[in-house]
Amino acid sequence: MASQADFRDRQFLAVIGDEDSVTGLLLAGIGHVTAPPDNQKNFLVVDAKTDNSAIEAAFENFTTERKDIGIVLINQHVADRIRNRIDTYTQAFPTVLEIPSKDHPYDPEKDSVLRRVRRLFGE
Amino acid sequence: MSGAADREAVFPTRQSLGIMKAKLKGAETGHNLLKRKSEALTKRFREITHRIDEAKRKMGRVMQIASLSLAEVTYAVGGNIGYQIQESAKSARFRIRAKQENVSGVLLPAFEAYQTEGNNDFAMTGLGKGGQQVQRCRETYARAVEALVELASLQTAFVILDEVIKVVNRRVNAIEHVIIPRTENTIKYINSELDELDREEFYRLKKVANKKQRDTAAADVEAKKRKELLEKENETPDADHATGPTDLLAAEDDQDVIF
Repeated sequence: MASQADFRDRQFLAVIGDEDSVTGLLLAGIGHVTAPPDNQKNFLVVDAKTDNSAIEAAFENFTTERKDIGIVLINQHVADRIRNRIDTYTQAFPTVLEIPSKDHPYDPEKDSVLRRVRRLFGE
Repeated sequence: MSGAADREAVFPTRQSLGIMKAKLKGAETGHNLLKRKSEALTKRFREITHRIDEAKRKMGRVMQIASLSLAEVTYAVGGNIGYQIQESAKSARFRIRAKQENVSGVLLPAFEAYQTEGNNDFAMTGLGKGGQQVQRCRETYARAVEALVELASLQTAFVILDEVIKVVNRRVNAIEHVIIPRTENTIKYINSELDELDREEFYRLKKVANKKQRDTAAADVEAKKRKELLEKENETPDADHATGPTDLLAAEDDQDVIF
């Protein structure tokens, strides 16, 4: 289980998603760029040209390497592209949350957490 | 389950019987407590799953509204502002803070969103036109993010509770199906061994008693014989008396009869 100190300093959200979702969430004010030497952004814009490996690398970076992120938001259609990676992710921190996007309606059947909920209730 | 194999390696003594009985009692108490804990957690868990389901649906709606307001912005500004916004994002205004909640000894973290004051990366966005739409869009998205944060904390609680419940249930089952039967078996074993010892002891005592009785009987017979012999010896002078002439004065020489 996550240790006590672990989530004390997790204060940012991260986004992996299409341009519109990222723009909107940045407008809400979640965007953060770390101090100049490394200039790490906490968001990644994914379009049709983005490689799956790039998405995976960003996901890896947000979930395991960076210690200041508490919630990772990921568009569901992007999550589908690295579905295997998401399904095997079971840590409590940071939380991975699948969000709907403008062009892709939300499908609760695909959500890894909702699927666990359903499985637990034997549906 | 073979009764002989599944028990703890102890010597069958009264002391270890006492220890085992205490252990059984402890295991039963622990089992009760853990079961109650598991029930409390499961109750909480069901509540959370229910809320997650609800929150996910709500999230769908909120995000829809938010996308719509973003489309409004795009229309009003008359071009894509995505690039500009991505470039001007510097420091997060919207941050989260984790606090904890205690449910039956399990610490559940809950996220809480807060906004830092006084930094606005997007002061220039929509300066030309569509400033109002941009403002409205920001508010809509801020609300959406709040809903998302709430959902995230539910989800975290869900993941942690899931794990904890599994561990607790595993413990309950281990106590119920392994530790208690094994301790009971050990107690049974110790009892049977002690009974066996008792029976042996009883048999031994009986043997000893028998032997003693036999010895006393033999000693009695011996004593009787000796007595008879003595009596006979006493009688012989009498017989002499009868045959020979009796000298009453000489009777002083008679031996004392000692029994």
